[in-house]
Amino acid sequence: MGATFDLWKITKTTLFYALVVVIVVVSVFPFYYAILTSFKQGTDIFRITYWPVSFSLENYQSVLSQGSFPRNLLNSIFVASVTVILALFLAVTAAFALSRVRFRGRGFLLMVILGVSMFPQIAVLSGLFELIRALNIYNTPWALIFSYTIFTLPFTVWVLTTFMRDLPIEIEEAAIVDGASPWVIITKVFMPLMWPALVTTGLLAFIGAWNEFLFALTFTSSNDTRTVPVAIALLSGGSQYEIPWGIIMAASVIVTVPLVALVLIFQRKIVSGLTAGGVKG
Amino acid sequence: MATDVMATPVAATGGKIKSELMQQRVRAARWFLLPMLIALAVVAGWPLLRSIYFSFTDASLNNIDGAEWIGFGNYFRVQQLASGAVRYRGLLVDADWWNAVWNTLRFAATSVFFEAVLGMVVALVLNAEFKGRGIVRAAILIPWAIPTIVSAKMWSWMLNDQFGILNDLGMRLGLLSQKVAWTATAETAMQAVLVVDIWKTTPFMALLILAGLQMVPKDIYEAAEIDGVHPIKQFFRITLPLVRPALMVAIIFRLLDALRIFDLIYVLTPNSSATKTMSVLARENLFDFDKFAYGSAMSTLLFLIIAILTIVYIWLGKVRFDGGDR
Repeated sequence: MGATFDLWKITKTTLFYALVVVIVVVSVFPFYYAILTSFKQGTDIFRITYWPVSFSLENYQSVLSQGSFPRNLLNSIFVASVTVILALFLAVTAAFALSRVRFRGRGFLLMVILGVSMFPQIAVLSGLFELIRALNIYNTPWALIFSYTIFTLPFTVWVLTTFMRDLPIEIEEAAIVDGASPWVIITKVFMPLMWPALVTTGLLAFIGAWNEFLFALTFTSSNDTRTVPVAIALLSGGSQYEIPWGIIMAASVIVTVPLVALVLIFQRKIVSGLTAGGVKG
Repeated sequence: MATDVMATPVAATGGKIKSELMQQRVRAARWFLLPMLIALAVVAGWPLLRSIYFSFTDASLNNIDGAEWIGFGNYFRVQQLASGAVRYRGLLVDADWWNAVWNTLRFAATSVFFEAVLGMVVALVLNAEFKGRGIVRAAILIPWAIPTIVSAKMWSWMLNDQFGILNDLGMRLGLLSQKVAWTATAETAMQAVLVVDIWKTTPFMALLILAGLQMVPKDIYEAAEIDGVHPIKQFFRITLPLVRPALMVAIIFRLLDALRIFDLIYVLTPNSSATKTMSVLARENLFDFDKFAYGSAMSTLLFLIIAILTIVYIWLGKVRFDGGDR
């Protein structure tokens, strides 16, 4: 009796760990294979291998030295950073109002904000195009900063609202008794407590802005003003049959490694930020 | 929203001071909200209205300012040919458009279904206690962190017909008898897109479901265990009903995302009518075919379709965005 029970238990454990291995391998393999490819040289790329066979930095050298890729990297960093800072700046006060003050129409306002963050970007594309040309910022980073606000702002407002709502009442009471104005309460009482939330929200919004493609493709038109996703999508060789896979993979790894590193460092915070924006939100 | 968690710190003080303070807070709140509301009106509200307006005009890419109102012509119009025959024109009778609508709906339904099922499996694994749980959680965050364009490129390399590792693997394992041009063949293009999308977004679904799972009190399972309830029955009778609110919200978030898909398809299967979605077709008309007004009509219709589907889903599913019964 005991022996059969153990056998059943062993089978169950084995199956469970097999599932765990499948999940990990499927998740990691494409990224691993991109790294593997990016270190291959010349015709080695067309030899399919599952383990590293050669190591060469050739692809990295060519992606960083020729073309406008370094410039595209800087563009991406600039656009994503400014977008996030602007969004956080506007979102902190708005989140305070939405989370800690009771006023009529608050629920409706929150639904509108959620609606905008879930918006199909294509629905505003022609109107935005007209506006961006009228503002004379077409083909500049400002066109992207301007248009990215459409998804970063509602997202940051939403997540910060759920964070602020969970802070206890007591922290405000003393300040109110002392006659502090709402502005002082935000800057002196809430901000010091909000840093972890701001970092998490900022990071998630940064990833969103970093990865954006449709606006970047539409509102920039020259190699120098493009962001990295567009640059990678448009990387091509001499002809349709000469796609430079090694270089594309090297560029992909360069763009992805910082993100993966950030995500793994801030793992717990990101998971809580995502679920605040999703389940609670 | 969970209004009951509202902060009312002034409740203890006297009535008059209280209402004065409340008024001060409400006034401040108005000013605090104003910059954000103006920003949203400028970047979202106004462009949306203009896009809808353009769909009723004859605007073209080089003549946006000179656009003239033409009514419903972009959506539907009757054309009398010289021979006297009558032809129907416009978006509502455009076969390409309805093909794109069908592609989008098929893609959204299939991808979200698989993401929900696989996300549930991954979430259940992560909810169990075992050695190496941290590694699994870190691993599943990787597909989520990779930019969509990058994952599209990675997979199109893996799916390459001649040098792709997936064809190689399939032949080695005897699953494929010959190499397949996954992204170029009409029959398999949609499957390729689905695989990449499911790979990339299942982690998001899993994390949202996991957050719901962690709210389920452990003693319910202990009680079920004592009563000898089979694990599968436990899942359908206890876990699923309790996780349902979180699952429904996760599904609508993913559904809205899937219905507007653009970048993955633009890069993975360009020019394939088997995968062309509403967003891809609309952008093509707006900027590549110089049919600015017609493209605007497509984006307006897409907005309407998504809005209607969302309202129906929230209404039928009784979705609550405050996280259900908590």
